[in-house]
Amino acid sequence: MSYKEKGYITPEELEKLGLLPPRERLEKGPVVIAECPEEIPCNICVHVCPFKAIRMDKIYEIPRIDWDKCIGCGVCVPQCPGQALFVVDLSKPGQALITLPYEFLPRPEKGMWVTLLNRRGEPVGEGVIVKAWQHDRTWAVTVSVPKDKWLEVRAIWIPEK
Amino acid sequence: MVLPDYRIYEHPILDFKRGRRVKFYYRDKVIEAYEGESILAALYAVGYRVFNRSPKLGLPRGAYCMIGKCSSCLSVVDGVPNTRICVEPVREGIHVEPQEGLADIRRARRQENVETIRVETDLLVVGGGPAGLKAALVAAEHGADVVLVNDHFVLGGQLVKQTHKFFGSRDYFGGTRGFRIAEMLSKKIKEYNNIRVYTNGFAYGYFKGGVVGVAVHGEHPLNLLVKAKTVIAAPGAAEKGLDFEGNYLPGVMGAGGAQTLMNQYGVRPGDKAVVIGSGNVGLIIAYQLLQAGVKVEALAEILPRIGGWFVHAAKIRRLGVKILTRHSIVRAIGTERVEKAVLQAYDEHFHPIPGTEKEFGVDLVLISIGLQPDTKFFAQAGAVMKWVPEAGGLVPIRTWGQETSVENLFVAGDASGIEEATTAFIEGEIAALSALLKLGIGGKEVEERRGKLIDFLWNEYRMAPVVRRAREGKLKVTVSEEEMEKIRIGEYT
Repeated sequence: MSYKEKGYITPEELEKLGLLPPRERLEKGPVVIAECPEEIPCNICVHVCPFKAIRMDKIYEIPRIDWDKCIGCGVCVPQCPGQALFVVDLSKPGQALITLPYEFLPRPEKGMWVTLLNRRGEPVGEGVIVKAWQHDRTWAVTVSVPKDKWLEVRAIWIPEK
Repeated sequence: MVLPDYRIYEHPILDFKRGRRVKFYYRDKVIEAYEGESILAALYAVGYRVFNRSPKLGLPRGAYCMIGKCSSCLSVVDGVPNTRICVEPVREGIHVEPQEGLADIRRARRQENVETIRVETDLLVVGGGPAGLKAALVAAEHGADVVLVNDHFVLGGQLVKQTHKFFGSRDYFGGTRGFRIAEMLSKKIKEYNNIRVYTNGFAYGYFKGGVVGVAVHGEHPLNLLVKAKTVIAAPGAAEKGLDFEGNYLPGVMGAGGAQTLMNQYGVRPGDKAVVIGSGNVGLIIAYQLLQAGVKVEALAEILPRIGGWFVHAAKIRRLGVKILTRHSIVRAIGTERVEKAVLQAYDEHFHPIPGTEKEFGVDLVLISIGLQPDTKFFAQAGAVMKWVPEAGGLVPIRTWGQETSVENLFVAGDASGIEEATTAFIEGEIAALSALLKLGIGGKEVEERRGKLIDFLWNEYRMAPVVRRAREGKLKVTVSEEEMEKIRIGEYT
């Protein structure tokens, strides 16, 4: 079954489409992953990237990241209408940092413990928010997750107090 | 008795700035509402779910489309029957009664005081959604005199309830939330003194000599007769219904209807929902239901693949919403409103598979199986139409410049075939440029701009694989000027 049947994409499918950065690049520092496998007419990311690291010749092409130009700043994360961009940082020991979009209540705050969810919405552990900032009411939340879960965690859920 | 309160006070994206408090009467009860709410939204907010009854069997009718396209909420307002309370604003002291079946027109209060006003204009725009607003602005920018009529009391069409950031090109508001686009465009409309706006105005007919009749509702009803040199009609679309047992029950609603309640008026449509149909509308609304605090038990799709864009599906899937492909609804259960929904698996021939029923305790069944162009205006005007499944149904044949077979009558937006807001903006702009050429305004600059836009629309934007079916649909009803001339004299089939 492909992502169009399941509603989620697998790491294998991402790899096949060339959407995953090389391992050496990931270990060097933060970099963005575009989980945007379908040719849809949208090029917002190309325009918002301050480093011109995202390429698209026609408006409907799949975004291609220049892994050398991208510094993983995360500016694109809350601006992608598809919420399909995630920054992954594997350069720190022990934990991986993931920056992901979040548009729910309660508001995320630094130091909060959150439930980590995979692409199927299943809880896969707990993580702590290390940074949270907003762009037009969409949060870009950076969470610290167990290193082996970097390719799994794609959402968070903040339990109500 | 304390009435329940379904109003949303805290939302991750929206701030509901409610207007002045107003009181009105529903049956004998005094209802407190806020200025800017529709009557239906105000009643829904305090727990009313049944607004009408079917004429023969007396079955309950609830909110359905919420945008003035269906007849589910017809009520009597200050003695006037057949009033769609979903697009009628609350006003201090009005008396609202449920209609209970067919209206007795003879006993209805006679509106002897309706004044007829005649106005003339270069361009009449019917519909203040993305296509209509863009058309009015482009024409006004070039100095044309414009009249804009809109059936709702708020401009913006369905943009007003779109809380997601738009896709598409930055030149057409990509990256901006829909309701913000509506705010921006409505504000811009007010800046032009060559645009006259009539809200709450329903264009009821196109008559000889380019005269359009508009019934303006409200405190001071008007019969507005607009003699326009050119007309751009962009009346939008309506949500399709679905046949299944119990589909009449209040709680079975167009997904867009629920979206109107929660995002435009800040009223939570229910507690738990199933969504039927996985096009972009269903996927986006499932996400917005979660934002409004409604639990989404499942989203069903009868086809083996998700219909909408993958990224929209991924957003709800990673929050745990089940997407059941090869599934649909077979039954809604309840007496006065939905209490349960039964979904079932379907085989490749679309036959239900016995023994696969799954029951969900929900109060909302949201239907998002597609939209249907609202083309009554064109049919009445005598435009040559064609049934095109890829376009959503019956649509007027038009030239590349958006002109229909009725000379000087143009079509734009979803009424020309179902697509989305970006193409509606572009079609609205193309139609306005065509109208300007007819009016003899602009000349070469206008012609060049129109050519570039038509090229971008057809040869780039619509070439995206996910929208190519819509492109094919529109190709079937788009003809050259020469072919249109033949259609007009009946020589072309």
